[in-house]
Amino acid sequence: MRRFKEFIIEKLVFLSGILVILFVCLIFVFLLKEGLSFFKDVKLSAFLLGKYWYPISEPPRFGILPLILGSLFVTLGAVLFAVPLSIGAAFYVAEIAPARIRDFLKTGIEILASIPSVVLGFVGMITLVPWIKAIFHVPTGLTALAGSIMLGFMAMPTIISISEDAITAVPRQYKEGSIALGATRWQTMYRVTIHAAKPGIIAACMLGVGRVIGETMAVMMITGNAAVIPRTFLQPVRTLTATIAAEMGEVVHGSAHYHALFSIGIILFLITFMINITADFFLHRVRTK
Amino acid sequence: MRWNNLISVAAKEKIAFGALFFITLFILAPVVVVLWIIFKNGISAINWEFLTAMPKEGMRAGGIFPAIVGTLYLVVGATVCSLPLGILAAIYLSEYAKENALTRLINLAIVNLSGVPSVVYGLFGFSLFVVFLKFGASIVAGSLTLAIMNLPVIITSTRESLKAVPDYFREVGLSLGASRWQTVRHAVLPFALPGILTGTILSIARAAGETAPILFTVAAFYIPHLPHSVFDQAMALPYHLYIIATQIPNIPNSYRYGTALVLILMVLLMNLVAIIIRSKFRRKYKW
Repeated sequence: MRRFKEFIIEKLVFLSGILVILFVCLIFVFLLKEGLSFFKDVKLSAFLLGKYWYPISEPPRFGILPLILGSLFVTLGAVLFAVPLSIGAAFYVAEIAPARIRDFLKTGIEILASIPSVVLGFVGMITLVPWIKAIFHVPTGLTALAGSIMLGFMAMPTIISISEDAITAVPRQYKEGSIALGATRWQTMYRVTIHAAKPGIIAACMLGVGRVIGETMAVMMITGNAAVIPRTFLQPVRTLTATIAAEMGEVVHGSAHYHALFSIGIILFLITFMINITADFFLHRVRTK
Repeated sequence: MRWNNLISVAAKEKIAFGALFFITLFILAPVVVVLWIIFKNGISAINWEFLTAMPKEGMRAGGIFPAIVGTLYLVVGATVCSLPLGILAAIYLSEYAKENALTRLINLAIVNLSGVPSVVYGLFGFSLFVVFLKFGASIVAGSLTLAIMNLPVIITSTRESLKAVPDYFREVGLSLGASRWQTVRHAVLPFALPGILTGTILSIARAAGETAPILFTVAAFYIPHLPHSVFDQAMALPYHLYIIATQIPNIPNSYRYGTALVLILMVLLMNLVAIIIRSKFRRKYKW
């Protein structure tokens, strides 16, 4: 009887593990199921490189280049300012802050991570957006810049916490060796520790990018959602995610537009898949070192 | 004279540490600002009617009761589905799995699942639960979508807390003649429980604030009554905030802030509980 129970539990536990793989496959299969039929009518190159996204005009145009560039613009802006600040903060939290302050800061970073994106979008709408409009004298504050700033802050908790782990994981001998040679703590940090922690920090930045590309609600609320090819950061843009979220509600089920939105989903899935696998590769290198 | 020689290395270190300190403050400042703005402007909207009444006059008056209830339903549904599965999967990975290709594949799947954008979960939930399984836009469809999204969070945190239990706990159990499962059940799980609890609460908080996965799977613009069954559509707090912030003009701003305040208080409260559990047990269990 006891053997039998062991056997059942072992199988149950194993099955739960396998289910995780099944879910990933399910997600991909169902995206393909709804998205692939779109390419019967539209060529992949026309989809990816088409300059016009007019899904409900007659005839409809399904070019997602402006959406891809919109996502890219917002992501680039967010990364440019989030990465250096986050790495700096990770060093402060991991190496410099006294224990008490460290706990306090970590709690603060956790709270930043936990604020729902729709709340950040709302606050961005009523603070950041009017500020940008006033400072830069642009017709609307709903711009790529607003999205970049907001998303930068949303990526920071990810980048900070994973970088911090990487910095803490650097063997003590490296740091002690450097200090023993007469280097100051600061010299040790930027000459020794950062190099030893590099794979982890790269992984952290990549996961931050993944977070930014996939972010939906805040972006939809503050970037203005104009599907045009962006030229500056002070211009409304529309991202891949926001397009799905904004149009899925009104789309005719089974229409070309419906399938096109799933195709955008496939592209997002593939992008984040690639980013996560590469990041995992870098993290794995930290562990095996 | 070169700039390098102008200031001593000690002074340089002071400047660098000071700069890093201010960078950290700069990152955390928006947290305080956001919380303060919402609290200051939202507190005036909060009263008994706001929390317990139906919306009135096209959501420009009345309360947000159905949205609160809807979010509670979704969160409970998601947790009921993902918690057992997540814990079992983590037990497999930490206690049973060998270092082989299958285990690597499972780990890769977890990594990938945690990186899928929330709006893509929404698309997936729509095509699988709403259309293919014919649940329609409903609480079941939304809960299941959120459950799959939460799964990697629960698995990862559970696995970490199981791995933090020292190996000699397991060796003692096995050497006393206990079976694999008895050892896990009595010598490992109880000590990992605080960590599992913390991870679970954090995943619940995350599910409560998510909007994109429920956009097409459950969320209703406005329903004048509470859901009757799990196959009904429901309103939800984050979606409600999105709607009244962007789609409906002439709503008193205090309503928007009030809704945001209720949502953020819910999320923060859960985080606070998680933090307290963690710090309490970190002191208790030390090996």
